[in-house]
Amino acid sequence: MSSGVPASGRSEGAEEIRRRDFLTRLCLGLSLFAGLIVAVPFVGFLIAPLLERVVQVWRPVGSVDQFAVGTTSKVSFVDSSPLPWAGVVARTAAWLRRDGPAQFVAFSVNCTHLGCPVRWLQDAELFLCPCHGGVYYKDGTVAAGPPPKPLPRYPVRVRNGQVEILTSPLPVTTVR
Amino acid sequence: MRDRLRRAWEVLDDRLGVSKTLGPVLRHPVPPTARWYYVLGSATLFAFIVQVVTGIALALMYIPSTNNAYQTLQFITHDAPFGRVLRGIHYWGASAMILLIGLHMARVFLMGAYKYPREANWLTGVVLFMVTIVIAFTGQLLRWDQTAVWTVAVTAEQAGRIPYIGGAIAHFVLAGDTWSGETLSRFYAFHVFFIPAIIFVFVGVHLWLVLHHGISEPPVAGRPVDPGTYRAWYHAMLEREGRPFWPDAAWRDVVFGVGIITAIVLLAVAVGPPQLDQPPDPTQLNADPRPDWYLLWYFAALALIPPKLENAFMIAGPLLAAVVLLAIPFVSNRGERSPSRRPWAVASVGVVCLMIATLWIAGVRAPWSPDFSARLLPEQVVGAASGPVAAGARLFHDKGCEYCHAIAGHGGNRGPDLTDVGDRLSTDQMTWRILNGGTNMPAFANNMTPQQLDELIAFLKSRVRR
Repeated sequence: MSSGVPASGRSEGAEEIRRRDFLTRLCLGLSLFAGLIVAVPFVGFLIAPLLERVVQVWRPVGSVDQFAVGTTSKVSFVDSSPLPWAGVVARTAAWLRRDGPAQFVAFSVNCTHLGCPVRWLQDAELFLCPCHGGVYYKDGTVAAGPPPKPLPRYPVRVRNGQVEILTSPLPVTTVR
Repeated sequence: MRDRLRRAWEVLDDRLGVSKTLGPVLRHPVPPTARWYYVLGSATLFAFIVQVVTGIALALMYIPSTNNAYQTLQFITHDAPFGRVLRGIHYWGASAMILLIGLHMARVFLMGAYKYPREANWLTGVVLFMVTIVIAFTGQLLRWDQTAVWTVAVTAEQAGRIPYIGGAIAHFVLAGDTWSGETLSRFYAFHVFFIPAIIFVFVGVHLWLVLHHGISEPPVAGRPVDPGTYRAWYHAMLEREGRPFWPDAAWRDVVFGVGIITAIVLLAVAVGPPQLDQPPDPTQLNADPRPDWYLLWYFAALALIPPKLENAFMIAGPLLAAVVLLAIPFVSNRGERSPSRRPWAVASVGVVCLMIATLWIAGVRAPWSPDFSARLLPEQVVGAASGPVAAGARLFHDKGCEYCHAIAGHGGNRGPDLTDVGDRLSTDQMTWRILNGGTNMPAFANNMTPQQLDELIAFLKSRVRR
């Protein structure tokens, strides 16, 4: 344990010291190497979600005449690339508003405050968030409470009489 | 027979070296005055061991897949023999661990036990405290019910507020751009492998440091810590009056620890595990996510903080708490240890407890949340079965007013109570407020006909003290 004096008590030559120094460095270097070759795939796997490409696909959510003009309804669709074991989690909901014959707006259901699911009150024409009381008007703009931004919108289109929504990442309010 | 057993043990002990290695450790001298308030740390460890044992048992049946987790938990809770009580022990054990680690930390801080030479004990303890919160939180998510699914979204949103890298961290938390098959298995890996590994390492170091520096003696006012002389003084004191840890001091740890474990099991049997919420279907939007009790106060803080300060608070709050806790032994590692000579230390613990308690009560009540269960006001409250007042009462419900405003105890508490609003506001004031809204109230100008407005105001004007 103690400094530089071997158990036998004899004094060491410079060569011996260099040899020990080399062996210490060798062990540290080899350990570092072994650690690295295992750590690379480990860390890579850990941060894999950050390396995946975002895929977006159009998903049909119902035929046009299913939605009356002036109403907002809940629609649901399957994510862009659901894993076989995802179960119900593969599905996402959106609030779909029909403003005119071919005018649709799809709102995210996630409150921009902290992501809780907003509910639509038909008579009041308001979206209400159960978590911290955020309120949005029917066009998604903030009516009251803590939300910092309007409800995000999904791209929406009409194809062959079907309303289609473009799957999108969970809207997260970020700061720059 | 007894002799033979004794001889067998002696041979075994000789070959394994148990007494030789563990004996001195168990019998290391401790200050004679260390009494009941020294049992909190060991009790936290006992609670953790209970968590490891019950966690392993639960893992026998739990499937960490987004498709199956909820069903396996239903099965564990309702069908599997001992499943309900195991889940109960795991839940109450987690609660006990959080409570005990908090009390232990407060005790160590109040008695100045983090001062020289035990700074590293404190620092490793702070790490253990933080990862304990994280493991409790990830455990709540493994219930994988509706609340868990939305809590993941809420976590991603909070992570998103970190400047610049927030989006990437939110992506990391979700394990993708939204919930997916990957989300749960990763939280599971964090909960059962990553964080427990950190806890094992840090508990090991923490215990080693306790042995290395010895248990701090209870503070005496007027006997400050001087790094120059403390060690010599401490060892002389132990030499003079130290008692062997085993069994002179350890019996209290055992009695208290067994008491805690018994309480955990009793609560698990009597109260059981927390109810599972609705299934984890993100398209079912009638969710009302709330964290478990130990984070309810933080949930309240997020509701009550002014929106302008929110981004700063969400990031700086936890960061500041961590920095302050880690900085404590660097700021003051010498001087008085006795709480009677450290009024600021006592006051700061008091303020933290008061803050958490107040926010916790607010979190339980959650007056900021709309009351979605509000029903049409009963006729005896309205005071009319037909006419404009009755029509106004219906509008009061249908337009969502009642979700936020209470009348005679019915309705939400987000906005002012309107039981006797007819006494307080004139017709003009009411009209203005309804049409224009306010800070926390939507404007109804675009969503109300003149007749509806008249009816609503007729109803509100009839709300007078009787």
